[in-house]
Amino acid sequence: MQDINLKITDRNGVMHEIVAPTDMSMNLMEVIRSYELAEEGTIGVCGGMAMCASCQVYVVDGAEKLLKMGEEEDAMLSEAFHVQDNSRLGCQIHITSEIDGLEVAVAPYP
Amino acid sequence: MIKTDILIIGAGPTGLFAVFEAGLLKLKCHLIDALPQSGGQLTELYPKKPIFDIPGFPSINAGELVDNLMEQIKQFQPGFTLGETAQTLTKLEDGTFEVITNKGTVHHAKAVAIAGGLGTFEPRKPALENIAYYEEKGVEYFIKEPEHFRNKKVVIAGGGDSALDWSIFLSNIASDVTLIHRRNEFRGALDSVEKVQELKNQGKINLITPAEVTGIKGEGHVSAITIQKDGETFDLETDYFIPLFGLTPKLGDIGNWGLEIEKNAIVVNNSLDYQTNIPGIYAIGDVNTYPGKLKLILCGFHEATLMCQSVYNRLNPGKKFVLKYTTVSGVDGFDGTRKEAEKAVVKKIE
Repeated sequence: MQDINLKITDRNGVMHEIVAPTDMSMNLMEVIRSYELAEEGTIGVCGGMAMCASCQVYVVDGAEKLLKMGEEEDAMLSEAFHVQDNSRLGCQIHITSEIDGLEVAVAPYP
Repeated sequence: MIKTDILIIGAGPTGLFAVFEAGLLKLKCHLIDALPQSGGQLTELYPKKPIFDIPGFPSINAGELVDNLMEQIKQFQPGFTLGETAQTLTKLEDGTFEVITNKGTVHHAKAVAIAGGLGTFEPRKPALENIAYYEEKGVEYFIKEPEHFRNKKVVIAGGGDSALDWSIFLSNIASDVTLIHRRNEFRGALDSVEKVQELKNQGKINLITPAEVTGIKGEGHVSAITIQKDGETFDLETDYFIPLFGLTPKLGDIGNWGLEIEKNAIVVNNSLDYQTNIPGIYAIGDVNTYPGKLKLILCGFHEATLMCQSVYNRLNPGKKFVLKYTTVSGVDGFDGTRKEAEKAVVKKIE
């Protein structure tokens, strides 16, 4: 199992280069949370069920690496705030070798 | 004034189970919750989702777990102040506590256990310029008294279960129900979606999709909302505008009580009894933090149990106490019921 490199810009505009493991069944929300790139209580509020949009990110680079959005994610984003065309929910992006090099920015919440 | 032994702030699974453990120690509990029903996140966010890590339940739906907890604690007759948030906390001279809610309900307790989870669930408010002005003047985020809307014109915005469910419910009460959503697709239980479709076909619900509410109008009270649909903007007359865009948790007033806060959680001194920096105030479940903290329901149950033992010792200093097992001692409810194991049969075999 390999580690992958991610670029994550936090809500203060600071960019972090992160190395994330692909063998821990993590998602992007959990990576942001474990590296404390967003204040606890403002990220992964629903625990990762695509029910709160606190883990919304804007995909800056590498959108083509991602799997298509599922219905639940799509529906949640239709109700969320600050949504842009490149919005995704971090909890629905699984950390796999395919997304190596992905670059995202954490969206404001709430 | 409401008097109790342990005042529990937050009626989620941890708070509810604390009532049981307190009951075994003959301590009476009262719970406060901002939501109009018990269960916290489990009821509000994911009642139909299965939970797989409750010991002894290979799978249990969140809503069912709450129902079971309510059944389990019924015998200890807990009191509830629902739909109100604990606003101020004062430690009185005799070491007891007074907690007053945003509605002015006064609670007096010997100990306080904060089981507030991620905080108070507050409605997510749409970013409309003058929405704050119209709050309680036609803009509502919760529906507490459906009768309030009888024969009124109501506009609901949102695409989830609560928008669907309340549209269905109010279609029998209000004179007009309009449901507005940014998409044509709704995310909800299939039968709710189908029911809204049926009511739309019958002309009982006016559906406007894909559309967005962009403004509110009215002198002193909502009289119309502005809607944007397919690039066109128009006004729709209404008495009420109810945006239902879900809830977001905030630690809120608890953050002003002098408790040590770290990363939106209450710091507890240790994992011996989960007491905060103010003696007599405990924090249990997702709301607390300490080295090794895990935000799991089963950990909340454990924390609730240790908290109750600590409160007992605090209220009964010097009194000897031996942990009892329910299989041995049974359970004596405050309602006069008694549950106990059947006696083993001792009989001679000839």
